[in-house]
This record gives sequence, C-alpha cells and structure tokens, in this order.
Amino acid sequence: MGLQGIGAAVPRKEDRRFTTGAGRYTDDMVVQGMRHAAFVRSPHAHATIKGIDTSAAEGMPGVVGVLTGAQLKEDGIGNLICGWAISSKDGSPMNMGEWSPLAVGKVRYVGDAVVVVVAETRAQARDAAEAVMIDYEELPVVVDAVEALKDGAPQVHENAPGNLIYDWEIGERDATDAAIAGAAHVTKMKIRNNRLVPNAMEPRAALAKYDKAEDHYTLWTTSQNPHVARLVLSAFYNVAPENKLRVIAPDVGGGFGSKIYIYPEEIVCLWASKRTGVPVKWVADRTESFLTDAHGRDHVTEVEMAFDAENRILGLKVDTIANLGAYMSLFSSAVPTYLYATLLSGQYVIPAIHANVRTVYTNTAPVDAYRGAGRPEATYLLERLMETAARELGVSPAELRRKNFIREFPYQTPVIMCYDAGDYEASLDAAMKAADWDGFPARKAEAASRGKLRGIGMSCYIEACGIAPSAAVGALGAGVGLWESAEVRVNAVGTVEVLTGSHSHGQGHETTFAQLVSDRFSIPLDQVNIVHGDTDKVQMGMGTYGSRSGAVGMSAIAKALDKVETKAKKIAAHLLEADEGDIVIEDGHCKVAGTDKQVPWFQVALAAYTAHNLPDGMEPGLKEGAFYDPSNFTFPAGCYICEVEVDPETGKTEVIQFVASDDFGNIINPLIVEGQVHGGIAQGIGQALLEDTAYDASGQLLTASYMDYAMPRAADLPSFQVSNTVTPCPSNPLGIKGCGEAGAIGSPPALINAVTDAIGVRDITMPASPRRVWETLNAKA
Amino acid sequence: MAKVELTVNGRKVAREVEGRMLLAHFLREELELTGTHIGCDTSQCGACVVHVDGKAVKSCTMLAAQASGTEVTTIEGLSTGADLHPVQRAFNTHHGLQCGFCTTGMIMASVDIINRYGGALDEATVRAELEGNICRCTGYHNIVKAVLDANAEMHGQTQAAE
Repeated sequence: MGLQGIGAAVPRKEDRRFTTGAGRYTDDMVVQGMRHAAFVRSPHAHATIKGIDTSAAEGMPGVVGVLTGAQLKEDGIGNLICGWAISSKDGSPMNMGEWSPLAVGKVRYVGDAVVVVVAETRAQARDAAEAVMIDYEELPVVVDAVEALKDGAPQVHENAPGNLIYDWEIGERDATDAAIAGAAHVTKMKIRNNRLVPNAMEPRAALAKYDKAEDHYTLWTTSQNPHVARLVLSAFYNVAPENKLRVIAPDVGGGFGSKIYIYPEEIVCLWASKRTGVPVKWVADRTESFLTDAHGRDHVTEVEMAFDAENRILGLKVDTIANLGAYMSLFSSAVPTYLYATLLSGQYVIPAIHANVRTVYTNTAPVDAYRGAGRPEATYLLERLMETAARELGVSPAELRRKNFIREFPYQTPVIMCYDAGDYEASLDAAMKAADWDGFPARKAEAASRGKLRGIGMSCYIEACGIAPSAAVGALGAGVGLWESAEVRVNAVGTVEVLTGSHSHGQGHETTFAQLVSDRFSIPLDQVNIVHGDTDKVQMGMGTYGSRSGAVGMSAIAKALDKVETKAKKIAAHLLEADEGDIVIEDGHCKVAGTDKQVPWFQVALAAYTAHNLPDGMEPGLKEGAFYDPSNFTFPAGCYICEVEVDPETGKTEVIQFVASDDFGNIINPLIVEGQVHGGIAQGIGQALLEDTAYDASGQLLTASYMDYAMPRAADLPSFQVSNTVTPCPSNPLGIKGCGEAGAIGSPPALINAVTDAIGVRDITMPASPRRVWETLNAKA
Repeated sequence: MAKVELTVNGRKVAREVEGRMLLAHFLREELELTGTHIGCDTSQCGACVVHVDGKAVKSCTMLAAQASGTEVTTIEGLSTGADLHPVQRAFNTHHGLQCGFCTTGMIMASVDIINRYGGALDEATVRAELEGNICRCTGYHNIVKAVLDANAEMHGQTQAAE
C-alpha cells in the first residue's frame, strides 16, 4: 500500500470545492434565457378532476406558459413505468396503474402534479400557480396498506382490483409449514417497518434546455444514474431519442435511493422547454420533497420462526404486506421481493423458508428503494425474532445466534442467494469485545441507581449488494442489466482520466477511484481525474445505488486498468529492450525487475502518443475501456451492538454506545468507509427512535416539514465505535463487498432490541419515540 | 421594490430587489454566490447559514432588504487566497462531509460556535450547538471531530499570538 493507494485513508480530493462553496449542484446552474417552473399539485389524496381553468394564471405577470396533462398527451409524452416486472404466484403479471407525468382525469395522492406554470422568476411562477383553478370531486381515500386490501376499500387504480399489485411468493411453503408444525418452539411476531422519507439535503431539481436548431435537449438533474435517466426518458417517455438527449448530473447533494428514479418533474421540464421555447428550471422546496420524493419501507409482516429442542432454527414463515403508494415507482416492485425476501436467511442456517408478499396501492406517495431497500426490512424481522426467541428460550442472544450461524461457504440459502464468503462469528466476537458485553450488568445497575433504564441489544445483519449479475437480475424480471463501465485514458504526459458510469452523490468517488489508479501506475492522486455524471462524456453506465460503485464500478475500472497496464508494459519492454513479463511499475517508473533499467511512466505514455517507436503492429494511444458484469452479488455482513438509557419520566431514549463491526471485504479508503457506516447508522437510529411518516385518514401528510418530521440531529446521536473484520469477496477482482447501506440495515433492530430490553417489553413499534416509550411503560405499569 | 446596499465578502454591492426577496436568494441569484444553499422552507436545516455582522444567521430567515447596511460573509469569503480556514481544513482532514450540500452552512455555523465559546468546547456542547444544522450523510460523528479539532487549532493559535 502506498500513501495514496489501496487501503490508504486519504482525505478527499473533492472536498476543496465543497468546503469553499464552489460545488456545483443543479440549482446552481444558470443558462441564458432560463425561466422557472412551479407545479400545481393536488391538495386531495384522491379526487376526480372535473375541470382546469388556466386563464387567470396565463394573464399573470411574467408567465410564459401554463401546461396541463391534456397537452402533454397531445404531444405523445408517455406514462411513467416500473422497470422490474414481478408476477404473482398464479403467473399473472403485476397490475401497473397509469401514472401520467401531469395527472389526467384523476389525482391519487396529495402532491400529484396536475399543472405546470412557467414564468420569468420563481416567485412569479408560484404566484401564477396559485391562480390556476382546478375543480376536484373528492373520492374516498385509503392510506393504510392492510386497509387497502379489505373488501370495499377505495380503489386507487381501475386495473388493480382490491388494490393488489401482485401476490408473490418465494421458498417452500409445505416444507416450512411442516417445520413449524414439528417445532419444539415457535416465536411469532407482527412487525411494522415504518415509512421513511429519504431526505437528501439537496432537494430534487431539474433544468431542461431545448435547442431548436439542433433539435436537441440537455437536462441537468439531481440523479444518481444519469444514463438510466436518459435511457428511460428516451425509450419509455418519448421525450427524445438518446442521441438527442444529454443528461448531466453535476454535484448531487445526497440521494439514498431517492434520486435513482425518474420523476414527473424532469419529464415535464424537458417537454415544457420545447413547448414554451425557453429553458425551464424547477427546484423542489422541502415540502414538495416530503410529498413527492419516493418514500421507503412501509411493511406490515406476520412472521413465525421455528426452533428444535436444541434451539436450532427449523423454519421461517413470512407474510408481508408492502405499501407501494399511489403509483409504481421505477424499481418499487423489486424492493419488497428480490431485495427483501432473498435475504431472509440472514446469517443463519434455516432449512425451510417461505415468504409471501402482497404489494398494494394506497393514496400516498410512491414508495421505492431507500438506503438498504428491502434488506433493512428483512434484517429487522430476523433480528427482532432472534432477540425475542432468545428471551423466550432463556438463552443469551449471542449464543442463539452462534448456534445457528452459517459456517461453511459457499452457502446456498433456500431463497436464491448463494453466500460466497463470510465469518459471522468474527464480527460478533469483535463487536461484543468492543462493547464490553460482559460488563453490561454493572452498567445497568449503575444506571438504575440514577433512575435510568439501561438496555443492550445486538443485531447480526447480512445484505446482498453490488447488484448484480445482469443475467441473474434479468431472469428475475429486471428491465436493465446491472454491469458497470469504465474507460481509462492515459494522457500523453502520463496523467490519467477515468470515465465511469458510477456517479457519486457523496461517496467520494473522485478520491477512492483515483486511489486505484494511483496504486496501479504509481502516480500521485492529483494526476488522476474522475469523470462522471454526463452522458456526453461517459458512454453508458448504470449509476450508484445498492452499494454497487465499489464492487461493480471499481471492478470495471480495475478491468480497464488491466488492459492499460498490459499495453504500457509492452511499450516499456520495447523501450527498455526487455521482456514484458519482467516489467514492474513502481516509484513513477516502468522498471525491469531486478535491474537498474527503467523509464519514467510519463515517457511510456508519451511514447504511446508520439508513436515513433512502438512494438510492431501496435496501435498508437493509451486508452482502454471495460464493461464489468459481476459473477455474484456481494454479501457484506456484520454485528452491531447498541446500549441505551431510557428516562422513565419522559420516555426519552438516549443512545449511550453504538458499536459496529462490519465485514466489507477489502477496503480502498478506510476514512470514507467509516463515514459511510456513520451515516447509515444515523439513518438507522433515525428510523428506530425518531422518524415516522404520518398520513391522516384523509391522506394529508402530517409530517411534511422539518418541524414535523424528526430528522436525527447532532445531539440525538452518540459518537460511534466502528471497526472491520475482513473476509475478501471472492466474486470480484478487488475483493470488495460494499459499505454504503450496512449502517442503515443493521442498526434498527439493535436499537429496538436494546430499547425493549431496557423497558422490559416484548416489542415496541418503530419509532420508539419518547411518547411511545412513555405510553408503553405506563400501560405496563 | 427595495434598494439594498450592503458589504458582502468585503465588496460593496447595491441592488434593487423585490421586497419579499430573502437574503439567501439574494446571495445566490443576484450575487451568484451559490455556496449558500437552501435545503428547507422552515429555517430548520441550516444549509444557508452566513455571517451577518459577524454572527451566524440563517439567510432564509432574513429579507435582503433587512440586510441593507450590514456586512455579510458567505462561505466564499471565509478564507482568502490559497489557505483554507482551519474549520474548512478540519472538515477535509476528518471527512466531515460527504455530499457537501449541508457543508457550507455547517462550516459557517461551526466557525460561529468556535468564536462564541473561545476554546471552551466539548463534544456535548458542539452537538447541542449544531441543533440548527441538519446533515443526512455523516451522522455528525466526523463533523463533531472536525469542529473540536479546528477549535483546538484556533484556540492554540490564539494562545500563541498572546
């Protein structure tokens, strides 16, 4: 490892612009003649649109255009789609309801976009939006997924009878039922996984510019995957063919999944730019973000886990209802199925698993992947069950887990996944040691002397990330491949540009990716630039989500580096009159191993471009590309231990200590990896203790601002103790597993296990807010 | 319309703006100082913190007209030349930022905290004082480290100067 190479905790290159205010986010972009869009949104959760009167708005100062869904349809703009086809267990396809970028005929949730107003200033657009008159006839509303499945529930989409999108299953039903019937002990729970709002700090935004002379569009947008945006906008929404559409995602201020999807606003801004003849910018305000960003989680599950007389798990039976909101967002169908139920074996040998999942429409915001996406829901089920079962069986939660750990790899679970490597006991041991598990009784007694209720909880998570082999996901219904691309360009002076289809929205790719190059070619980090986020520069890519930029994105870079290295060594061998197999690259030189013969790296690059003296038949230049398609998912895993103190007077839970022991395989930059874990844990603590997304019975979002939605703040969190164990991932060339989501996946059950331990109850529904804890304590008394 | 005259990052500026224009929009749109970010509508997130007459202010809570006659420092004016402010440096050293969106407001608030406490800062105080700044990426762990480290450096320098 060099000072800046693989494994070095290098501070980030990109920080200079972010710490000086020189970052460039979508709302910072200004183009000549730009005008501003404001959306008129439905104030009702479910209503028929009886009429739209735009005449008053059209006469307001500065207004350039007031456009409706009818006009959008006239121009042939398509409906939004869900890109992952899931079939019900009877073989019928999922019931995808129509989602027009501007509502036509009906609105289905509060925030549904109906009309767009384009005006000279943002304020004028908002003023004019207020003047648009829409005549609604309100319809009955359903917001709860369980209620939506009941007879007589209001119907959200005509083509989804009973609001059912699909009724899907995985695993062996009969074998699982038999395991439960023959069990010595069965632990049953009903578990709600609370709906969350991702809340990237940068609100979504779009700036669309139509160039009439070229018949070409440019879209600047807040996207985790600009190439996927371009593909979907052109192939499904009929905005423009791909060669007539450039999508640029400049600096992106967080995403956590919410900026994967293509939303109505980007489509409408592109279309409105052509229709009105001016560049159109839209920036969400925070309430719009709350109302319309894809939400996460929102499951209700009945679950049973069966044990034999030796406390070995025999089977797991899961029945989940998942709320997908009013429309199917881009990858919504995959989240409660292949990203969830395939992880239900956790870290354990479970001979029989069966999961049934029903997804339903409700009059709420669409739900899609949010940090972890399905895997937090699976982990929460398993780890709450393991804790509860341990208490019921009278064994320690650690021992129950140890007894059931998978210890041999590869391990084929009953639910598709084949785990390639891991050492779950190592993570557990490391976490218990760091948390001083054995010293807990003394700390609990000390807390009790101060009138506080102290509890401890653990969680052993596994996730599948680095998604994933394209053929595998294709067979499961995905509409896209999940490979990644890279191009490595060595300039004539030896500096390097790497073009990647991954796109950072805070993950530090400009540093980590450059470390790979620095390590390989022995050149300083500042001689390497990472180019991403622009479909005109990078040919194609699948973007950043599912903790895939390391395992898949960097593997693509490594593959391209292999090709460049091979060619560079051929050139160096030719220049040094040596055998190419004897060339090593170190200290900024290509050297003949074991001799003092060497040539500086830049001279090798220069030779490639002068082409005066290349090996016979070699093309000039030093530039190679690669597409990398992984052979398997990767399986990060770890153990989290949390200690809390509850104040029985107020019900407030304080997180005293949080220990994380993660196995992410090999690590390129420990500083960045730790940061990812910190952020994930904070979101998990948010889910467990603070955050909830509350709709009232009429479908109004009660938590639509930071005054109502409890975002974790600095004083709500402790400093974290983060460490790693390492089993290299055998499924990719770098041995990387991925670290972006683990914190959010592993932490909520650790928290709730600790809270229920502290207050002495079997279960409490997330978030364990002060009020809910206080009420639980007092109901118990 | 309102006539606004103020000093921003040491430069005198004058504009005629709508009376309802917020200082945050004024800085971003009239002066193209886009380092000041807007992350909410309710003055909760703190992405827009600037210094007005030396004190941290959420620039979305103030009309541009109200700022007339004041001296405003934005993130772009925090350091001059090649050297970064110790707080900017500490955020880099300790990986106190990820997506960068909250960072500019976070740094401006942190400088104010350090100035107000004059060296007597501990972790609990930093966490309590950052109540008005929301970060979704870092879990605050490294932000708190950065602020404490910058505080130590700035306090040390103050002592050395004395």
